Amino acid sequence: MTEKKETREEKKEKETKLEERSAEENKEKERIVVVPGEVIASGSGFLPGEGTRREGQDIVAARFGLFEKTDKIVKVIPLSGVYIPRVGNTVIGQVIDVTFNGWIVDILAPHLGFLSVTECGGYVNKKDLTEYYTFKDALVAKIKAIKARGIDLTMREKGLRKLEGGMLIKINPTRVPRVIGREGSMINIIKDETGCNIIVGQNGVIWIKGRNVEGEILAKKAIELIARKPFIEGLTEKVKEFLHKERKSENKEAYEVKERGERKERKKN
Amino acid sequence: MEIAGLTKKKIEEMIKEGKRMDGRGLLEMRPFEIELGISKKAEGSARVKIGDTEVVAGIKLGVGEPFVDSPEDGALIVTVELWPLASEKFEMGPPDIQAIEMARIVDRSLRESGYIDLKKLCVKAGELVWTVFVDIYPINDDGNLIDASAIAVIAALHEAVFPELKEDKVQYGELTDKKLPLKNMPIVMTFYKVGESFLLDPTVAEEEAAKARITVAMTFDKDEVFIHALQKAGDEPLEEREITEVLAIAMKEAKKVHEKILRQLK
Amino acid sequence: MATYKRPDGREYDETRKIEAKVGVVKRADGSAMFSFGSSRAIAAVYGPRQLHPQHLQNPEKCLLRCYYDMLPFSVAERKRPGPSRRSTEISYVTTSALSPVLKLEAFPNAVIDVYILIIEADASTRCAGINAASLALAHAGVPMTELVSAVSIGKIGDAIVADITKEEEDYKIKKDGKEIKAATDIPMAILSRANKLSLLQLDGKVTLDELKEAIALGKKTCKKIVEIQKQALKKVKEE
Repeated sequence: MTEKKETREEKKEKETKLEERSAEENKEKERIVVVPGEVIASGSGFLPGEGTRREGQDIVAARFGLFEKTDKIVKVIPLSGVYIPRVGNTVIGQVIDVTFNGWIVDILAPHLGFLSVTECGGYVNKKDLTEYYTFKDALVAKIKAIKARGIDLTMREKGLRKLEGGMLIKINPTRVPRVIGREGSMINIIKDETGCNIIVGQNGVIWIKGRNVEGEILAKKAIELIARKPFIEGLTEKVKEFLHKERKSENKEAYEVKERGERKERKKN
Repeated sequence: MEIAGLTKKKIEEMIKEGKRMDGRGLLEMRPFEIELGISKKAEGSARVKIGDTEVVAGIKLGVGEPFVDSPEDGALIVTVELWPLASEKFEMGPPDIQAIEMARIVDRSLRESGYIDLKKLCVKAGELVWTVFVDIYPINDDGNLIDASAIAVIAALHEAVFPELKEDKVQYGELTDKKLPLKNMPIVMTFYKVGESFLLDPTVAEEEAAKARITVAMTFDKDEVFIHALQKAGDEPLEEREITEVLAIAMKEAKKVHEKILRQLK
Repeated sequence: MATYKRPDGREYDETRKIEAKVGVVKRADGSAMFSFGSSRAIAAVYGPRQLHPQHLQNPEKCLLRCYYDMLPFSVAERKRPGPSRRSTEISYVTTSALSPVLKLEAFPNAVIDVYILIIEADASTRCAGINAASLALAHAGVPMTELVSAVSIGKIGDAIVADITKEEEDYKIKKDGKEIKAATDIPMAILSRANKLSLLQLDGKVTLDELKEAIALGKKTCKKIVEIQKQALKKVKEE
């Protein structure tokens, strides 16, 4: 009995520590990593949000991730893991099979996506669906419904289409919100600085198309930088800095090559 | 996900211009790292990391009757297991053709270069010889598994020592400090053909874009370079000119790789 | 009082040096390494992902498949590559050691594959494997109630000890001029928060009281192990 009490008090102590830590660290906007089974809040003053569960008085982390508290709700933001589809998400996938009434699309989720002919956003000759979309085509689609065995996709909306040209990269889907930034602030910086057209799928697949490969590679590097550093703050500035630096060195290189070429020319003359 | 058609196209386009996604030159290898002695239970073992690719290899020795046609030679058995731990593309079950081919390429590279002096692995002629078991396990596949495996095996063999032998029985767990009889270190290099160009040390995406590959195992004697094993694979045939050009490059690049390996083995 | 002396000088309740790290297999959705001394396991998790063939799918929950195997050169006498009766059984008990903490009903019809590879073996490899796999599953972001921890408790000679080695597993005493085995191996996996066992095996000979003592030591040891596992996950921040 006494032992039980002790552990309970110990636990309490830990929680208050976590609370204090969180308050302190929130000031610096630093995040706390929590693990499954860890008590992250206690008492009826808090409500369990996503990635958590109530166990008696305690709110316990139900997965590995970052602790977040907004008002009374505590939740755990995923740091890792495969893409878990949500209705309304825009995703980028690849056609892996064509059936008599639609296309099977791999969207890198626990289930395959299915795009029905009625959802493809145009008139289709049902005799040969491959005329419309075929194997290995990359599509931007939206999740219409989630069923036990599959995910229904739609392309009947503006901006949803087959992707032509450019390149695809894959990042962890949990990093997508950071890549996009608040109201698209981050992705807009990358677009502006690199001159690329970029579409970010919620499933972590990103399409980049620029005027030249150099711009595409630069955008890819910037996105990968963000994906690698989920913890640091002031990321916007860091990304700007990175892009400026890279572009400078690129220009310099280009200049040097040009100069060398000119020198050779002069020598010849 | 197997790479999408447009990424494949992009890779082909870039390689045509001599460029790669990660900024490397076509013949530039990713930096590699060798770590020796990853299992103390092995007679020799090593881990090799090339970029994100990681392979472990280990050596175990046993004794047994020699083959009838070579009563004085030790035996060499090379096995590759492509366990699905290393890639979602690998599957459970008995070794498939990819694993068998990799093992055969490494086997021939070791055997034909004479890296292990099998003649010196005889205990009693016609009765008892050593068997060298080489086991290769990729841990993370990000391309170029053949070359990574060869480097891991060379490093593991380099480190390997004989176990104690008493009354013709191996005393497992008791290692001597006697090294294996090694001679000419083979350098194994695989060139992948993407579009019309050849490149070294591909990532998985580049491998998927490749239509053909050719592996060559070489040794050096002073300034001379010898070819001991070749394997051309993939659906696209190659011209003789392409093959000789690639081999000329291989002979030049192999020295650099050899030096890099030696530096890390010291 | 027990008189048995551990060959490496450890206290009865002391484990070997434990190392744990996540993110060791880049391609996987989650991965981890865990070692007790030189017994070292790595685990990689793929999924939840699509499950084929379709008849294996379960509309009520996600299928969990664990595969345990040893490197041929992880043991003194080479182990043939490929599955054995031993590895098949360990894979099976590992699956049931881990599944109780996972929220498998969140992913109907899908599969989570866990691959555990033993790099070097000096007993307790199934426990090192379970610890690595539990970390890898958390690292893969799979919803779970808590981390699973496992340890091999032994009755060696007259003592109940934690985290036994191969040498201890083979411990013999002399009796009437004959050498007889005096080692009992009791691997167990503990859900510390739920205070339950999800793996329990035993090879040897003990009384019920000794088993109770062993489980108590197992629980105590797993509390320490789970702290090390937590720290390994929290370290991702420093990278």
